[in-house]
Amino acid sequence: MITALPTGRRPVFVDGVRTPFGKAGPAGVYADVRADDLVVKAVRELLRRNPSLPPERIDDVAIAATTQIGDQGLTIGRTVGLLAGLPRSVPGYAIDRMCAGAMTAVTTACGGIALGAYDVVVAGGVEHMGRHPMGEGVDPNPRILAERLVDPSALVMGQTAENLHDRFPHLGKDRADAYAVASQAKFAAAYARNDIQPDLVPVAVRGSDGAWGLSSVDEPPRPGTSTADLAALETPFRPDGKVTAGNSAGLTDGASACLVAAEETARALGLPVRMRLVSYAYVGVEPEVMGVGPIPATEKALGKAGLTIDDIGLIEINEAFAVQVLAFLEHFGLADDDPRVNPFGGAIAVGHPLAASGIRLMNQLSRQFEARPDVRYGMTTMCIGIGMGTTVIWENPTAAGDDAA
Amino acid sequence: MSVDASFAEVVTHARTRDVMMPGGAGTLVLVTLDNGHDHKLPTTLGPAGLAELGATLDAVLARPEIAAVAVTGKPYVFCVGADLKGVAALQDVDDARAMGALGHAVFGRLRAASVPTFAFVNGAVMGGGLELALHCHSRTVSSGVAAVALPETFLGLVPGWGGATIVPQLLGAERAVQLIIENPLDNNRMLHGRQAYDLGLADAIFEPADFLEQSIAWAAGVVLGTTTVDRPEPDRGAAWTSAVARGRAVADARRHGAAPAPYRALELIEAARDRTPEEGFSAEVDVLADLMMGDEFRAGVYAFDLVQRRAKRPVGAPDQALARPVAKIGIVGAGLMAGQLALLLARRLLVPVVMSDLDQVRVEHGIGYVHAEVAKLEARSQVTPDLANRLRSLVTGVVDLAGFADADLVIEAVFEELAIKEQVFADLEKIVGPTCVLATNTSALSVTAMAAGLDHPERVVGLHFFNPVAVLPLVEIVRGERTDDPTLATAFEVGKRLRKSCILVQDAPAFVVNRLLTRFLGEAAAAVDAGTPIEVVDHALRSLGLPMGPFELLGLVGPAVALHVAETLHVAFPDRFTVSPVLTRLVEAGKRSVYVDGPGRQRVVDPEVAALQTAEGSGWTAHEVRARAVRALAEEIRLMLDEGVVADVRDIDLAMLLGAGWPFHLGGIAPYLDRTGTSEEVTGNRFLAPGVASVPAT
Repeated sequence: MITALPTGRRPVFVDGVRTPFGKAGPAGVYADVRADDLVVKAVRELLRRNPSLPPERIDDVAIAATTQIGDQGLTIGRTVGLLAGLPRSVPGYAIDRMCAGAMTAVTTACGGIALGAYDVVVAGGVEHMGRHPMGEGVDPNPRILAERLVDPSALVMGQTAENLHDRFPHLGKDRADAYAVASQAKFAAAYARNDIQPDLVPVAVRGSDGAWGLSSVDEPPRPGTSTADLAALETPFRPDGKVTAGNSAGLTDGASACLVAAEETARALGLPVRMRLVSYAYVGVEPEVMGVGPIPATEKALGKAGLTIDDIGLIEINEAFAVQVLAFLEHFGLADDDPRVNPFGGAIAVGHPLAASGIRLMNQLSRQFEARPDVRYGMTTMCIGIGMGTTVIWENPTAAGDDAA
Repeated sequence: MSVDASFAEVVTHARTRDVMMPGGAGTLVLVTLDNGHDHKLPTTLGPAGLAELGATLDAVLARPEIAAVAVTGKPYVFCVGADLKGVAALQDVDDARAMGALGHAVFGRLRAASVPTFAFVNGAVMGGGLELALHCHSRTVSSGVAAVALPETFLGLVPGWGGATIVPQLLGAERAVQLIIENPLDNNRMLHGRQAYDLGLADAIFEPADFLEQSIAWAAGVVLGTTTVDRPEPDRGAAWTSAVARGRAVADARRHGAAPAPYRALELIEAARDRTPEEGFSAEVDVLADLMMGDEFRAGVYAFDLVQRRAKRPVGAPDQALARPVAKIGIVGAGLMAGQLALLLARRLLVPVVMSDLDQVRVEHGIGYVHAEVAKLEARSQVTPDLANRLRSLVTGVVDLAGFADADLVIEAVFEELAIKEQVFADLEKIVGPTCVLATNTSALSVTAMAAGLDHPERVVGLHFFNPVAVLPLVEIVRGERTDDPTLATAFEVGKRLRKSCILVQDAPAFVVNRLLTRFLGEAAAAVDAGTPIEVVDHALRSLGLPMGPFELLGLVGPAVALHVAETLHVAFPDRFTVSPVLTRLVEAGKRSVYVDGPGRQRVVDPEVAALQTAEGSGWTAHEVRARAVRALAEEIRLMLDEGVVADVRDIDLAMLLGAGWPFHLGGIAPYLDRTGTSEEVTGNRFLAPGVASVPAT
């Protein structure tokens, strides 16, 4: 059923880690930590966890960041390799596709693997939204407004979420808040089961008083959040709007990194194979309702794989906004509380450091695959600013009756 | 505890955070030492900081639920030891004893703790900082640490907050001698993190990129028992005695018995074999109090401050903004001094350096020297092959001065004769641009006289380097009568980029270092001319703690250069500077040095040199030799200050510390002359007020 790749080389997800996520801003745990240092810690932990990988076998380092300025600039994939102590012979580059930066780093690397250009790649992403607020240094072309290429609201993500409520008026604030409360609860339950922590890389942080401490758990989650709590929140994007800080992902600092490889290389080096890439797709949508992006992206990726939504046993969808998840669920006829969707909770609880989030979705899906040999296919999907969506479909190597293992 | 009111402690705070160790190892309380400044003001421990650390540890260790305690530092610095200014402000022996005991009381809490204690040595660690770490049950060190040391004996103290006892008991006497005696007396040599780990000072080493995270994970393993700390038991047999004997030999070779600290440290190391730690600590406090109240240590702190601070901000240097850019340098001459200068200038300034001499053979010889030195640097991996290629291409030679037309700085290093140097400058002035700085490397001649006949005398300055140029850190920058500020500023800027310490001196015969050394040598030569054996003279003067006696030094400087300086000074000051017959005969005999290798690698006076000593009589006693020499120094220093050769006696001490390698425990030389009463006896006054480089009068 898997689409034949030209070279027959199957890209696999070997292992992924991330830093604990922190709240963006001067009071956040990473306020005084550099963005590049966050990725460096993740990359080094990845290599420590996979000692059978000789570092010189890494063919490339693809690191995503949305705002490629300062400590997120300077061809961050290359500088991270040097800072992490990789051999100088290992190259690196920078990637940007806004919220899908890490996802794009992974799929681009997988493309190179399928082609035979790469055997092993480090892919990762970082966003320090405290040091680099969204929109820092942007200079939109005046034609965008003059020629009405996009609606002005398209550049403010919260407004695109409000636009989505306009398009789907029956997806009301109550449903969005209820979804958000469930996300917090699922995330807290996953923490209690220790489902999240194994893939976290602790980061030493220095407080404003000079004291060193250790960030070892996510800072944004608010376990115990109730619908009553959320009902009281302001709607900053519109008077009498529906989008609040409670039913959307907060501004977040964090980094992630993963190893992807050709399956044959992974096996030869004794590396784990936690997910097999089946297909992926990116699509563009109307920028002012960028939240619908996952819908056509999923249709496209399913089509390439020859699968239907019914074949997908687990879905990790990025929760930029609750309404955007609800629109996706409704399109595919899934209930708001479908157990296949985000079983460990999502970005509404843990946060969304733009270009780092894609690998968090993959980490969580791969952990779920381990525990669910009954599930053969899963997917990671997200909406992307300026009107895009992406979906990656993965196969579970532990799936019962897997003839390819 | 009473301390001098002028001393304000930069208090190091002990900030804590609870850290959840991985693997369910429990809570580690992480204590960060931080003085609130960046790494340029490293963390030190004074009474208030120690008290805060003690109170913090008391509070932390009283918590029953914690699993471990660890101490670390701000970025790049763990802790560089006791606050020296504070220690130097202590006024009586009870205060000194209390300071020693306070360190033990505070650090002892880490040692006695019922939970495991750790030091995560993330950055520079010296003296009391290292002792703090040694009191912890185990240690990690970052491979990025550039400075690990117990420098106490270098300054005139012993590692008296546990170091002199714990280090030998942990690592054995041999390694203790290396760390406590050998390294400090070898120009205060520092270890890197890797060397410290290899020596056994740390139990684990991690890379700087995630040092703290890995240290915490390692500590968790120790707490859980999954990681064991393996330390070999030191040899407490004959090796202990022989190590201490070796340490004594090192101290003798470096200090000639003149400074008490290394010997007191050796006593502690020796006794540590059979003492309990507590007995050792108590002995340390006694020794520490003794030494803190000794003038050798006070002179050491004074000298340390000169070298660390005054040397970096030369007194009297004009505004650096006045310095002119230097993009090309000419050197007149291609001899040994010229070659050394060319290499150093090319290596540090990375600009073209052109050497000139009278003919092609001489020029090629000079270039050949530079190329050979570059090859040595390359072979020792001190420069990369690419940089070696670059240096070789930067240094070129010419046989006429026309190649200097676009130079921004020309240094002459030709024969030491005023007429020749005047001619060189006159010729240069016809070729170089109007703002090109003309510098002379003369060791004794008048810069003002050299400039007198020029159209632009204001651009002439003295840049007096010391041989070997690459090694000795001092440059005397000589202001002639007409030298202007931009010229002087350029000279200071070049000196700084050469990583030299510069002092400003006025244009007086032989400036500072050579004048004092020549006066000193003059007294030594007079003793020999009176019939005192050369060995007796050298031994008598070396016993001050000098790196070498005056006749040993003669071999390094070269008798001909020494004679030239002596003759110049004799002309200037005939009543105090004589031209010694023995020195003249030495040069006439073509001798390059006084000593030769004798049996068993002993250096003995060359019999041919001994034969040049024709004086009748038994000569002087060692005591007389020493007394006359130090009296001469006191007299000469007072005259130099009266003449205004330097602004302050501190610059004379700094020059002797850096240019002649005179030791810290003499404070250069003025503190020694003050404390022996020589300066008052000879000149009627001290050079420095009591307390500046000595124990303050109470």
